[in-house]
Amino acid sequence: MKTLAEIVKVERLAVHMQGHFVLDNISFQVKAGELVGIIGPNGAGKTTLLRVLLGLVKPFSGSAALFGRPSNRLGHDRGKIGYMPQNRSFERRFPLSALDAVLMGLLSPRTLGRPFNRRHRDAGRRALNAVGIPHLANRPFQALSGGEQQRVLLARALARDPALLLLDEPSAGLDITAQHQLMQLLRRLQRERGLTVLLVSHDLTAAAAFADYLICINRTMHLHGNPRQVLHSPGLKEAFRCQFDLLNTAGTREGSEER
Amino acid sequence: MMEMLSYTFMQRALLAALLVGLICSGVAFFVVLKRLSFLGVGVSHTALGGIAVGLVAGVNPILTGSLFAVAAAVVTGSISRLGRFHEDTVIGVFYAAGMAFGITLISSAKGYYPELFSLLFGNILAVSAADLRLLSFVLLGTALFLSLFFKELLALSFDEEMARAGGVPVNALYLGLLAVMALTVMVSVKLVGIVLASALLVIPAATGYRLSSNYRTMLAVSLICGATGSVGGLVLSYYFRVPSGATIVLAMTILFLLSLLVGPRFFARRKSKRAKQDRLEETGQEPCR
Repeated sequence: MKTLAEIVKVERLAVHMQGHFVLDNISFQVKAGELVGIIGPNGAGKTTLLRVLLGLVKPFSGSAALFGRPSNRLGHDRGKIGYMPQNRSFERRFPLSALDAVLMGLLSPRTLGRPFNRRHRDAGRRALNAVGIPHLANRPFQALSGGEQQRVLLARALARDPALLLLDEPSAGLDITAQHQLMQLLRRLQRERGLTVLLVSHDLTAAAAFADYLICINRTMHLHGNPRQVLHSPGLKEAFRCQFDLLNTAGTREGSEER
Repeated sequence: MMEMLSYTFMQRALLAALLVGLICSGVAFFVVLKRLSFLGVGVSHTALGGIAVGLVAGVNPILTGSLFAVAAAVVTGSISRLGRFHEDTVIGVFYAAGMAFGITLISSAKGYYPELFSLLFGNILAVSAADLRLLSFVLLGTALFLSLFFKELLALSFDEEMARAGGVPVNALYLGLLAVMALTVMVSVKLVGIVLASALLVIPAATGYRLSSNYRTMLAVSLICGATGSVGGLVLSYYFRVPSGATIVLAMTILFLLSLLVGPRFFARRKSKRAKQDRLEETGQEPCR
């Protein structure tokens, strides 16, 4: 069987929305088993890029392909994608259990009009188990903490046993401990399952700590490379359009010598 | 009670109330979860335009009203989906335009339409055997649509973006739900009237939402509240000789108010109040004013 090294291939992608280009001339590739961080300031077009990959937004020009197929004509390959949208996309006080929320990750054209069966529920429980919260399966979703809700949503993305995970700000709104735990869990799952992960974040340090390489966009492509290269590039400040210093764990500036 | 049940019109009205209560509360479940309450109000009022066409042309006003209501719901949903306007803006336009069209048509036709008052406020005497058949048909259709696509509609209400990404035909299901909602409003018109029909699409499910943290319980409470509220309200309307729509809505509102007293959040509040009181007693402090 032919193995496809390139899971994601984006070439000269441009997206036009409401009178202006929100993405322009974006090109990159993601190989199987990589964890890639997409960074950029608010309004840079990160979420739009993920939505193009999911086939939810039509490009103006260029192309976006997943598993060798155009993203808007994925067909059955759509089942290989796990997606975790931004945490503001869902209704927090919705009356359902954690397991019910996870089962929604199994919805597809194939399940249309058919009730979930035992096989689906087992897959949902396995996903909750994978993110370390099997005991919360029957707990009301609205009663969970922010960190637990994010784990449930990650389990929902994992429920269909995907090859590619698209995560949009998975740690947004979490405290620093919960952020770190979630990112570590993600890294572990990615290694254990050989997942390819595309992670959108505006948290530079979190993305840099866990990603194999970073892509920095702000409407257009500014930088790409390994986290160290990207963090030390002068182009990073240009992309974020502000002056800042990155501190390492010793509290000294990145790039300066430790005393 | 036996006297009331001896009248054929009352037997028909009670059966109609039960069916309307069940249909409306089933649809209300999604109306509340998807926050479509204002759309329900808009669609029911827009239907006045279609009802006026039926009255003036001598065609069944429920039929013309249904066509109008379904078209208004689907057009409203489609325009808001295109992203040019917020849903409430589009509803605001069609709501007023439909009513204005109906009022203008009825006024300019210069005829006398005694059934208009019944259609506006509901009349138990107006329920015919044909209406019961129509209600049964709509109940079956609604139950079929909701049960067939229940999990997809639930996902659409919880996280539409995720459902869309999974390949669920979100737009088609959403417009289908709006069409079902419009039909539900119209088949309720003879019993509750177009002015109050939209209330049945909110109150039973709002009561269920208040009392439960799981959608299964919410749906069950919504159905029970819808059936008891509409049958109970109808009985009250018979004894107090007032329009049935008003008493049905008031009966359901009473059930909703009761849910505020006995709901889980009510107990949570009482527990929290007790905890605050204990704290003040322990520390001997005064609460901040």
